[in-house]
Amino acid sequence: MHVLMSVLVQPFLDIASSPEFFLEVVIGGLLTGVMYSLVALGFVLIFKASGVFNFAQGSMVLFAALTLVGLMEHGVPEWLALALSLVVMVALAYLIERWMLRPLVNQEPIILFMATIGLDYVLQGSGQIAWGSNVKALDVGIPDKSFTLHGVLLNQFDLVAAVVAAVLVVALALFFQKTSIGRALRAVADDHQAALSVGIPLKTIWVVVWSVAGFVGLVAGIMWGAKSGVQFSLALIALKALPVLILGGFTSVPGAIVGGLIIGVGEKIAEVYWGPYVGGAIENWFAYMLAMVFLFFRPQGLFGERIIERI
Amino acid sequence: MIYREAGQFKSTYVEDQAVFPILQDRIFVLVAIVVAFLVPLVANEYWLQAVLIPFLIFSLAAIGLNLLTGYAGQLSLGTGAFMAVGAYATYKLSTGFPDLNLIVVFLLAGLVTAAVGIVFGLPSLRIKGFYLAVATLAAQFFILWLFNKVGWFYNNNPSGTIQAPPRFVLGFMVSGPAATASARYVLALAVLVVFGVAAKNIVRGRIGRSWMAIRDMDIAAEIMGIRPLQTKLMAFAVSSFYCGVAGAMMIFLWLGSTDTLAFDINLSFEVLFMVIIGGLGSILGSIMGAAFIVLVPIFLTNAPDLVGLHIPTALEQNAEAIVFGAMIIYFLIVEPNGFARLWQIAKEKLRRWPFPY
Repeated sequence: MHVLMSVLVQPFLDIASSPEFFLEVVIGGLLTGVMYSLVALGFVLIFKASGVFNFAQGSMVLFAALTLVGLMEHGVPEWLALALSLVVMVALAYLIERWMLRPLVNQEPIILFMATIGLDYVLQGSGQIAWGSNVKALDVGIPDKSFTLHGVLLNQFDLVAAVVAAVLVVALALFFQKTSIGRALRAVADDHQAALSVGIPLKTIWVVVWSVAGFVGLVAGIMWGAKSGVQFSLALIALKALPVLILGGFTSVPGAIVGGLIIGVGEKIAEVYWGPYVGGAIENWFAYMLAMVFLFFRPQGLFGERIIERI
Repeated sequence: MIYREAGQFKSTYVEDQAVFPILQDRIFVLVAIVVAFLVPLVANEYWLQAVLIPFLIFSLAAIGLNLLTGYAGQLSLGTGAFMAVGAYATYKLSTGFPDLNLIVVFLLAGLVTAAVGIVFGLPSLRIKGFYLAVATLAAQFFILWLFNKVGWFYNNNPSGTIQAPPRFVLGFMVSGPAATASARYVLALAVLVVFGVAAKNIVRGRIGRSWMAIRDMDIAAEIMGIRPLQTKLMAFAVSSFYCGVAGAMMIFLWLGSTDTLAFDINLSFEVLFMVIIGGLGSILGSIMGAAFIVLVPIFLTNAPDLVGLHIPTALEQNAEAIVFGAMIIYFLIVEPNGFARLWQIAKEKLRRWPFPY
């Protein structure tokens, strides 16, 4: 009875007793969610265009961030380091397409998935060989200051991150809707063979989409890195992106954003209000449980296409 | 020349349906098993502890996952958690009932894991593929969290670890700090042989065929009268049973003492690698995949020393990761059907050797 009380009733009383704090928790969750969204975005792009579930996205984030920090540590000016990192990510996309995707074309999804796990090992290993494995601080010149707005504590850095994410999404949306490459990407996403038959070069498209995913990874890496240092754990957020994708739908860009926000907020609320009663650290599995429950009711996700095979 | 089935006539159905219908196969398997049992006579402690025992345990886990992923077509990333359930169940049973035979404890722990597997297999009735993988990831993180947080599971041990108590099987001490590597090896091998033969028979029988039918096309299977609910849950139960026993062996026969870290997500991936590299839907393939994944890192660690190169540990670790990842990609490109397929090709070649025409 006491346990039920503390799980079912007490947290809501806590919420009601201090709405400002609750709002802070929600905003904190939203801002973490933005980070999840950024990582999930890379997944969605690649999944849409090539049907590959790219487990290595987390490592691409780590790799991009490590490259940027490593270059900046060697005295390369910021803008040049950024440009060079981008070049590295494009080169990486080209290599992946040439050496991994092209020979594996037409294989089962699970084989491609395993190959991306192999890629994950390669990227983590090479990133750390090239730039060292200790935690690096990344300073992008955004002050990490807090201020209050109507009694709610806000963090300037988190707000900048949110704005960057929003800009990125708008830019991607424009890229997909208005440019010819974007149209080609969408065509490939819809139907590979039809796209090929109207003369869209599949290989180029794959390079482009992996490059864009690399770019998104770079942005995500900068944001995460500036917040909590560039380190190995960056690669692990790839796993957190999975439930985000389940919630948002595997094929939807807005879905990735909304899913990320929901997971971020849900996780924070669960941790702050329910965590103490069940022993804490429930952030680790809460997202997966949420996704699992969600799967029962809406397997295609919030915005995904209904392509999931029903049983 | 040596591998020809010409002249081996079957006069009964029993003979025709034997697990290994070809005489040479039977001889090969028997010799392999006998040799494996004789290995402790020549192998030293290091080889048994660092290579052979983990190889046997991972083989069993890989067979378990292969039953689920390779035969029944349900992707699972929760193998580590199921192994953890087996390990912790064995620990609780063995410390709670010290007089119980260790073999019985293993089997009971397997049953407990099977029950847990069924619970987390329930989503498979509605979803498949990567969606199912996320549901099993939930199992992975939730179960390990539970084992970490609830003291009852590790008997409120202040260090938070579980230790294998000394136990005897047939008068030999097989677990605990004083048990010899040879005794542990022989028990692990015996378990693997029994379970391997059992798996081979399960997949040939009605159950295995219904799994494969579900894997190949679930709707068609359903129309043919195979019940998806029972079949899939059965796959989860049997697979988890195997993984649970493997997890139990991992702590009792190999590590001796461990905490949940040993069962983290990387373990799940490793076992999945073994299954994929060995070949989906092949028992022998699982064993070969396990051998590959266990041996390659050991080889990579020792290779630079063998050729006289001395490189710093951190660099070596990262280089190892690169080579390992690259090998996996290369292997998937060259032979996506795994070792099992290579083995099949080799046998075909051998049949015609040395006169191919």
